[in-house]
Amino acid sequence: MTSDTATTDLMGDVGQSKRFLNRRRRETGLGYLMLAPSLLIFSVFVFYPFFKNFYLGFFRTPPFPGLPARYVGLDQFREVLTSDYFTNSFRVTIVFALLTVPAGIILGLLLAMVANQRLRGIGAYRTIFSSTVATSVAVASVIFGTLLNPQVGLLPWLGLTTNPAILENPKYALFAVAVTTIWQNLGLSFIVMSSGLQAIPDEIIEATEVDGARPWTRFWRVTLPLLSPTVFFAFVVGSIVAFQTFGQIDLLTQGGPIDKTNVLTYAIYKALRDQNEGKAAVLAVALFGVTLLLTTAQMRILERRVHYGN
Amino acid sequence: MARVVLDHVTKRYGDVVAVNDLSLEIRDREFLVLLGPSGCGKSTALRMIAGLEDLSGGQIAIGDRVVNDVEPKDRDIAMVFQSYALYPHMTVARNIEFPLRSRKVPENERGPLVEEAARALGLSDLLDRKPAQLSGGQRQRVALARAIVRKPSVFLMDEPLSNLDAKLRVQTRAELIELQRRLDATVVYVTHDQVEAMTMGHRIAIMSDGVLQQVGPPQDVYERPANLFVARFIGAPPMNTITGTIASEGGSHILVTAGGAIALPSEVSGAARNATGLEVVLGVRPEHVRILPHDSETQFALDATVAVIESLGHERHVVCRLADEQMVIVRQTVETQRPLEGTAVRLSADPVGLHLFDAATGLRLDAPDPQLVGDGE
Ligand SMILES: Nc1ncnc2c1ncn2[C@@H]1O[C@H](COP(=O)(O)OP(=O)(O)OP(=O)(O)O)[C@@H](O)[C@H]1O
Ligand SMILES: [Mg+2]
Repeated sequence: MTSDTATTDLMGDVGQSKRFLNRRRRETGLGYLMLAPSLLIFSVFVFYPFFKNFYLGFFRTPPFPGLPARYVGLDQFREVLTSDYFTNSFRVTIVFALLTVPAGIILGLLLAMVANQRLRGIGAYRTIFSSTVATSVAVASVIFGTLLNPQVGLLPWLGLTTNPAILENPKYALFAVAVTTIWQNLGLSFIVMSSGLQAIPDEIIEATEVDGARPWTRFWRVTLPLLSPTVFFAFVVGSIVAFQTFGQIDLLTQGGPIDKTNVLTYAIYKALRDQNEGKAAVLAVALFGVTLLLTTAQMRILERRVHYGN
Repeated sequence: MARVVLDHVTKRYGDVVAVNDLSLEIRDREFLVLLGPSGCGKSTALRMIAGLEDLSGGQIAIGDRVVNDVEPKDRDIAMVFQSYALYPHMTVARNIEFPLRSRKVPENERGPLVEEAARALGLSDLLDRKPAQLSGGQRQRVALARAIVRKPSVFLMDEPLSNLDAKLRVQTRAELIELQRRLDATVVYVTHDQVEAMTMGHRIAIMSDGVLQQVGPPQDVYERPANLFVARFIGAPPMNTITGTIASEGGSHILVTAGGAIALPSEVSGAARNATGLEVVLGVRPEHVRILPHDSETQFALDATVAVIESLGHERHVVCRLADEQMVIVRQTVETQRPLEGTAVRLSADPVGLHLFDAATGLRLDAPDPQLVGDGE
């Protein structure tokens, strides 16, 4: 190769990479431009309230409306987060999530496995199983409110009565709300688990049949590992949803009796209802922190056991 | 003993008859290839043998046992799927071990068996990998290792080579033949690739639209196709088929077409006599057609024009057009004089290479005994 051609080659390269850079820059600009509308919406409805909420936590709301809020720094955080009110809410929220999330996933998976069978008329079952998706929280709560009603409900009819009535019973109220929630979420859980099951190739299941695996072995050694990304997804999203439960609490128990169903979201709502903005802000930050911590922990701990097929 | 006997087996899906009254015996230690175009019911037949599909009618026996109501795991079979169906979350070793583990083979016996199967297929260095970290050919070998580890008496394979590239396919084909000999096992092998069928099978069973067309050793099927479907399906390039009518001339018989007449050899004369005046299809493989100069004096030849010439290096295919637009492919060695495209020629055929079929039924006319199922002895 002569030095001449080498030079032109080099120059050509430079020109090309410059053009390439220019194009890169143009494309990046266009990308941000296209993101702008959603960024704007997020800013107004998510980012601004998010930071404003932290800010509000630093101010103590005055006992009477009209007086100015007073800056108290971290005092209010310390106060609220160490109060029995908060620790109770925190515990209730965790227990509620533990009651609803695993049970919802397991029941959804069971129904999905039943409906995944090749049977006559299975389509009708699929529709029934997924129907709770089309039921709003309000409707579900009214249904269960009626079923659990001490006078006209299903429980007294079955001869199962508690004193005080179940939704007013400190022992069972949270459990009753949890059952309502599981029922309400079952449709979605069923759909998610069904799609996960259907993503497992038929030939793999058939291979287990030929290889001599009994149903139990097949489930634990093949189906469940292949389903693990779906289960993991359902676990993380389910937990977040459980931490944000509000409707059924409001409609069934209003956080009572004696704060036994006072989950964090409801505690925030009550603080706001009492016009205690500062306290509500601190509780909201706490809810955010708890959710963040738990989902990160789940990601860390569970994800290692998840098999992602390639 | 692991014969597999299908006795009038039928499978219907609603109105679709996927397998229609299939009777077939696969002998002990035989390599039988089920061959046919896409959708002809090969997989369905194989899956019924495996027990993955119920029968709509008929009976299947493996060994001396009718297995219609026996579960796949109790049939003493192993299956290699087209997609390999490896367990993606398990290592190669775990995959191969799975059938043993499922059958509660004691742990200390499993290790050596897995090693043996892995060694047989050259997988010893890959035992810790996951399927996603393997090439197509390696995955295929894992699927085979998982099948042989249990030493079943019958292997069922559904297009196991179809996901491999051409070169690997040829190599694996040979390895499979060796493996079958070494294991002394009965193999039912499904493919739509006639080269695989010809090279691998002791016998080939050809299906079309759910119906068995012919069974026999590859050479027999190639030399004496039972009907037009088999004639056209086996062989590449495919057998030429020329439509015409039979006439008799001076004691022998000729086939008359628009572009001329062709003499029928004494071998087919018997059949031709009964078919005089009938519309028939003459089949002749490309290697049995000769190209003569257009002024050749041969009495019985067909006038044609050279349309296209395809060179394959070691041979060439000359595509000729007859006067009535029918196409005839001629296969030539490269040593033969190359004709010119567009020129007029005459075509004649080796008498031994002629096959006569009834145009209406498609059945072979010169079969002395109408035996569909050759036994290969
Ligand atoms: N589950 C099913 N439901 C309805 N029809 C089916 C089903 N399985 C197969 N068929 C039909 O049965 C016929 C035979 O199918 P089969 O899978 O056996 O074909 P094949 O010969 O294996 O084809 P290929 O070479 O494409 O795999 C096809 O017409 C197919 O559409
Ligand atoms: Mg198939």
